[in-house]
Amino acid sequence: MNDTTAMAKQADVTREEPALMPPVDVYEDAGGITLYADLPGVPKDRLALEIEADTLTIEGEVALDLPEEGMEPTHAEVSLPRYRRVFTLSKELDSEKVEAEFDQGVLRLRIPKAEHAQPRRIEVKVA
Amino acid sequence: MNYRTLFPRDMFAELDRLQREMQQAFEWSPSIRGLTRGYPAMNVGSTPRSVEIYAFAPGVDPASIEVQLEQGVLTIAGERKPVEAPEKATVHIDERFSGRFRRVVTLPDDIDPQAVTARYSDGVLHISVQRREAAQPRRISIQ
Repeated sequence: MNDTTAMAKQADVTREEPALMPPVDVYEDAGGITLYADLPGVPKDRLALEIEADTLTIEGEVALDLPEEGMEPTHAEVSLPRYRRVFTLSKELDSEKVEAEFDQGVLRLRIPKAEHAQPRRIEVKVA
Repeated sequence: MNYRTLFPRDMFAELDRLQREMQQAFEWSPSIRGLTRGYPAMNVGSTPRSVEIYAFAPGVDPASIEVQLEQGVLTIAGERKPVEAPEKATVHIDERFSGRFRRVVTLPDDIDPQAVTARYSDGVLHISVQRREAAQPRRISIQ
Protein backbone atom coordinates (compact mmCIF):
# COMPACT_ATOMS: atom_id res chain seq x y z
CA MET A 1 0.00 0.00 0.00
CA ASN A 2 2.72 2.40 1.02
CA ASP A 3 4.80 1.45 -1.95
CA THR A 4 2.12 2.27 -4.44
CA THR A 5 1.39 5.68 -2.98
CA ALA A 6 5.08 6.51 -3.03
CA MET A 7 5.24 5.56 -6.66
CA ALA A 8 2.17 7.58 -7.50
CA LYS A 9 3.72 10.57 -5.82
CA GLN A 10 6.89 10.22 -7.81
CA ALA A 11 4.98 9.94 -11.05
CA ASP A 12 3.20 13.13 -10.12
CA VAL A 13 6.46 14.98 -9.68
CA THR A 14 7.94 13.83 -12.97
CA ARG A 15 4.83 14.58 -14.95
CA GLU A 16 5.54 17.85 -16.68
CA GLU A 17 3.17 20.61 -17.50
CA PRO A 18 1.98 20.62 -21.09
CA ALA A 19 4.08 22.76 -23.38
CA LEU A 20 4.47 23.80 -26.99
CA MET A 21 7.39 22.56 -29.04
CA PRO A 22 9.44 25.47 -30.33
CA PRO A 23 10.80 25.21 -33.87
CA VAL A 24 14.58 24.88 -34.09
CA ASP A 25 17.42 24.93 -36.59
CA VAL A 26 20.46 22.81 -35.86
CA TYR A 27 23.75 23.17 -37.73
CA GLU A 28 26.89 21.19 -37.23
CA ASP A 29 30.35 22.19 -38.32
CA ALA A 30 33.79 20.87 -37.49
CA GLY A 31 33.94 22.84 -34.24
CA GLY A 32 30.56 22.01 -32.78
CA ILE A 33 26.83 22.42 -32.97
CA THR A 34 24.81 25.61 -33.29
CA LEU A 35 21.15 25.56 -32.33
CA TYR A 36 18.58 28.27 -32.91
CA ALA A 37 15.18 28.11 -31.25
CA ASP A 38 12.16 30.39 -31.60
CA LEU A 39 10.69 31.23 -28.20
CA PRO A 40 8.58 34.35 -28.79
CA GLY A 41 7.05 35.98 -25.75
CA VAL A 42 9.61 34.60 -23.31
CA PRO A 43 11.48 37.25 -21.32
CA LYS A 44 15.13 36.54 -20.56
CA ASP A 45 14.46 35.70 -16.93
CA ARG A 46 11.83 33.10 -17.80
CA LEU A 47 14.12 31.07 -20.03
CA ALA A 48 15.65 27.97 -18.49
CA LEU A 49 18.44 25.98 -20.08
CA GLU A 50 19.55 22.81 -18.43
CA ILE A 51 22.12 20.21 -19.28
CA GLU A 52 22.00 17.11 -17.20
CA ALA A 53 24.23 14.23 -18.18
CA ASP A 54 23.62 14.11 -21.93
CA THR A 55 20.19 15.74 -21.97
CA LEU A 56 19.66 19.34 -22.98
CA THR A 57 16.35 20.88 -21.95
CA ILE A 58 15.14 24.20 -23.26
CA GLU A 59 12.18 25.61 -21.40
CA GLY A 60 10.56 29.00 -21.51
CA GLU A 61 7.52 30.62 -20.03
CA VAL A 62 5.48 33.05 -22.08
CA ALA A 63 4.74 36.39 -20.41
CA LEU A 64 2.66 38.74 -22.52
CA ASP A 65 1.69 42.25 -21.50
CA LEU A 66 -2.01 41.61 -21.15
CA PRO A 67 -4.44 44.45 -20.52
CA GLU A 68 -5.07 45.10 -16.86
CA GLU A 69 -8.81 44.69 -17.02
CA GLY A 70 -8.43 41.16 -18.34
CA MET A 71 -8.88 39.90 -21.85
CA GLU A 72 -11.21 37.43 -23.41
CA PRO A 73 -9.25 35.35 -25.91
CA THR A 74 -11.01 34.96 -29.26
CA HIS A 75 -8.31 33.20 -31.26
CA ALA A 76 -5.16 31.50 -30.00
CA GLU A 77 -2.41 29.84 -31.97
CA VAL A 78 0.05 29.99 -29.12
CA SER A 79 -2.34 28.08 -26.94
CA LEU A 80 -0.12 27.25 -23.99
CA PRO A 81 2.03 29.61 -21.95
CA ARG A 82 5.09 27.37 -22.08
CA TYR A 83 7.64 26.01 -24.52
CA ARG A 84 9.74 22.94 -23.95
CA ARG A 85 12.07 20.85 -26.03
CA VAL A 86 14.54 18.19 -25.02
CA PHE A 87 17.58 17.00 -26.96
CA THR A 88 20.07 14.24 -26.37
CA LEU A 89 23.64 15.37 -26.77
CA SER A 90 26.29 13.06 -28.10
CA LYS A 91 29.41 12.28 -26.12
CA GLU A 92 31.88 14.32 -28.12
CA LEU A 93 30.09 17.57 -27.26
CA ASP A 94 31.53 19.62 -24.44
CA SER A 95 28.56 20.60 -22.30
CA GLU A 96 30.80 22.68 -20.02
CA LYS A 97 31.49 25.23 -22.71
CA VAL A 98 28.03 25.97 -23.98
CA GLU A 99 27.41 29.55 -25.01
CA ALA A 100 23.89 30.95 -25.09
CA GLU A 101 22.46 34.17 -26.45
CA PHE A 102 18.82 35.16 -26.26
CA ASP A 103 17.55 38.10 -28.22
CA GLN A 104 14.00 39.05 -29.25
CA GLY A 105 12.64 35.58 -28.73
CA VAL A 106 15.44 33.77 -30.56
CA LEU A 107 17.80 31.55 -28.63
CA ARG A 108 21.20 30.75 -30.05
CA LEU A 109 23.19 27.96 -28.46
CA ARG A 110 26.71 27.01 -29.37
CA ILE A 111 27.88 23.65 -28.11
CA PRO A 112 31.52 23.06 -29.00
CA LYS A 113 33.04 19.64 -29.51
CA ALA A 114 35.50 18.49 -26.90
CA GLU A 115 39.18 19.02 -27.72
CA HIS A 116 39.84 15.38 -28.37
CA ALA A 117 36.89 15.20 -30.73
CA GLN A 118 38.04 18.08 -32.89
CA PRO A 119 39.07 16.97 -36.32
CA ARG A 120 42.78 16.80 -36.93
CA ARG A 121 44.38 17.04 -40.22
CA ILE A 122 46.63 14.11 -40.88
CA GLU A 123 49.49 14.71 -43.18
CA VAL A 124 49.92 12.11 -45.82
CA LYS A 125 53.55 11.50 -46.47
CA VAL A 126 54.64 10.32 -49.80
CA ALA A 127 57.07 7.53 -49.44
CA MET B 1 -25.59 18.96 -36.75
CA ASN B 2 -26.48 16.09 -38.96
CA TYR B 3 -29.76 16.16 -40.73
CA ARG B 4 -31.71 13.04 -40.02
CA THR B 5 -34.06 11.88 -42.64
CA LEU B 6 -37.47 10.62 -41.78
CA PHE B 7 -36.93 7.66 -44.03
CA PRO B 8 -33.77 5.92 -42.97
CA ARG B 9 -31.74 4.14 -45.61
CA ASP B 10 -30.81 0.53 -45.31
CA MET B 11 -27.94 -0.36 -43.05
CA PHE B 12 -25.32 -0.63 -45.76
CA ALA B 13 -26.12 2.80 -47.05
CA GLU B 14 -25.84 4.14 -43.50
CA LEU B 15 -22.48 2.48 -42.99
CA ASP B 16 -21.33 3.93 -46.26
CA ARG B 17 -22.37 7.39 -45.15
CA LEU B 18 -20.62 6.94 -41.83
CA GLN B 19 -17.42 5.96 -43.52
CA ARG B 20 -17.59 8.93 -45.83
CA GLU B 21 -18.14 11.29 -42.93
CA MET B 22 -15.23 9.82 -41.04
CA GLN B 23 -13.01 10.27 -44.05
CA GLN B 24 -14.03 13.87 -44.41
CA ALA B 25 -13.42 14.53 -40.78
CA PHE B 26 -9.91 13.11 -40.83
CA GLU B 27 -8.76 14.01 -44.27
CA TRP B 28 -6.15 16.66 -44.15
CA SER B 29 -6.44 18.84 -47.18
CA PRO B 30 -3.83 21.55 -47.01
CA SER B 31 -4.56 25.03 -48.19
CA ILE B 32 -2.87 26.19 -51.38
CA ARG B 33 -0.80 28.58 -49.24
CA GLY B 34 0.58 25.68 -47.25
CA LEU B 35 -0.16 25.04 -43.64
CA THR B 36 -2.81 27.24 -42.15
CA ARG B 37 -0.50 27.84 -39.23
CA GLY B 38 1.51 30.65 -40.66
CA TYR B 39 4.24 32.90 -39.45
CA PRO B 40 3.81 34.84 -37.31
CA ALA B 41 1.50 32.83 -35.08
CA MET B 42 -1.24 35.04 -33.73
CA ASN B 43 -3.37 35.35 -30.64
CA VAL B 44 -6.31 37.72 -30.60
CA GLY B 45 -8.36 38.79 -27.63
CA SER B 46 -10.83 41.45 -26.77
CA THR B 47 -11.72 43.62 -23.84
CA PRO B 48 -14.72 45.95 -23.57
CA ARG B 49 -12.44 48.82 -24.54
CA SER B 50 -10.02 47.35 -27.06
CA VAL B 51 -8.99 44.53 -29.36
CA GLU B 52 -5.58 43.05 -28.60
CA ILE B 53 -3.53 41.31 -31.25
CA TYR B 54 -0.33 39.44 -30.45
CA ALA B 55 1.84 38.37 -33.36
CA PHE B 56 4.63 35.98 -32.40
CA ALA B 57 7.40 37.12 -34.70
CA PRO B 58 10.73 36.31 -33.06
CA GLY B 59 13.98 37.56 -34.50
CA VAL B 60 12.54 40.19 -36.79
CA ASP B 61 13.83 43.74 -37.01
CA PRO B 62 10.86 45.76 -35.68
CA ALA B 63 11.60 48.52 -38.19
CA SER B 64 10.99 46.12 -41.05
CA ILE B 65 7.52 45.07 -39.89
CA GLU B 66 4.73 46.78 -41.74
CA VAL B 67 1.46 47.15 -39.88
CA GLN B 68 -1.46 48.51 -41.83
CA LEU B 69 -5.05 49.10 -40.89
CA GLU B 70 -7.40 49.68 -43.76
CA GLN B 71 -11.18 49.49 -43.58
CA GLY B 72 -11.17 47.28 -40.56
CA VAL B 73 -8.58 44.89 -41.94
CA LEU B 74 -5.26 44.68 -40.15
CA THR B 75 -2.27 43.49 -42.16
CA ILE B 76 1.07 42.50 -40.67
CA ALA B 77 3.81 41.99 -43.21
CA GLY B 78 7.57 41.81 -43.23
CA GLU B 79 10.54 39.64 -43.82
CA ARG B 80 12.53 37.35 -41.65
CA LYS B 81 16.04 36.90 -42.86
CA PRO B 82 17.48 33.41 -42.63
CA VAL B 83 20.35 32.94 -40.19
CA GLU B 84 23.74 32.51 -41.72
CA ALA B 85 24.79 28.94 -41.28
CA PRO B 86 28.45 28.43 -40.44
CA GLU B 87 30.55 27.55 -43.42
CA LYS B 88 30.60 23.90 -44.43
CA ALA B 89 27.92 23.16 -41.89
CA THR B 90 25.61 20.20 -41.98
CA VAL B 91 21.96 21.07 -41.46
CA HIS B 92 20.39 18.56 -39.07
CA ILE B 93 17.11 20.30 -38.33
CA ASP B 94 15.57 23.14 -40.29
CA GLU B 95 12.17 24.12 -38.90
CA ARG B 96 12.31 27.83 -38.35
CA PHE B 97 10.54 30.09 -40.78
CA SER B 98 12.42 32.48 -43.03
CA GLY B 99 11.33 34.67 -45.87
CA ARG B 100 8.56 37.15 -46.44
CA PHE B 101 5.41 36.88 -44.38
CA ARG B 102 1.98 38.44 -44.40
CA ARG B 103 -1.00 37.87 -42.16
CA VAL B 104 -4.36 39.53 -42.25
CA VAL B 105 -6.99 39.89 -39.51
CA THR B 106 -10.46 41.33 -39.88
CA LEU B 107 -11.28 43.48 -36.89
CA PRO B 108 -14.72 44.18 -35.43
CA ASP B 109 -16.72 47.12 -36.81
CA ASP B 110 -16.55 49.23 -33.67
CA ILE B 111 -12.82 49.88 -33.62
CA ASP B 112 -11.27 53.31 -33.83
CA PRO B 113 -8.64 53.27 -36.60
CA GLN B 114 -7.01 56.37 -35.11
CA ALA B 115 -6.27 54.76 -31.75
CA VAL B 116 -3.79 52.01 -32.51
CA THR B 117 -0.59 51.26 -30.67
CA ALA B 118 2.03 48.70 -31.63
CA ARG B 119 4.92 47.51 -29.52
CA TYR B 120 7.54 44.86 -30.12
CA SER B 121 9.20 43.07 -27.25
CA ASP B 122 10.62 39.60 -26.63
CA GLY B 123 9.82 38.71 -30.22
CA VAL B 124 6.14 39.52 -29.91
CA LEU B 125 4.39 42.34 -31.74
CA HIS B 126 1.51 43.56 -29.61
CA ILE B 127 -1.07 45.69 -31.38
CA SER B 128 -3.81 47.28 -29.36
CA VAL B 129 -6.77 48.83 -31.15
CA GLN B 130 -9.21 50.89 -29.12
CA ARG B 131 -12.94 50.51 -29.57
CA ARG B 132 -15.05 53.61 -30.18
CA GLU B 133 -16.59 55.22 -27.12
CA ALA B 134 -20.12 54.83 -28.38
CA ALA B 135 -19.69 51.12 -28.76
CA GLN B 136 -18.61 50.56 -25.20
CA PRO B 137 -21.20 48.99 -22.96
CA ARG B 138 -23.15 51.46 -20.90
CA ARG B 139 -25.35 50.83 -18.00
CA ILE B 140 -28.82 52.11 -18.65
CA SER B 141 -30.68 53.21 -15.60
CA ILE B 142 -34.31 52.33 -15.28
CA GLN B 143 -36.51 55.29 -14.49
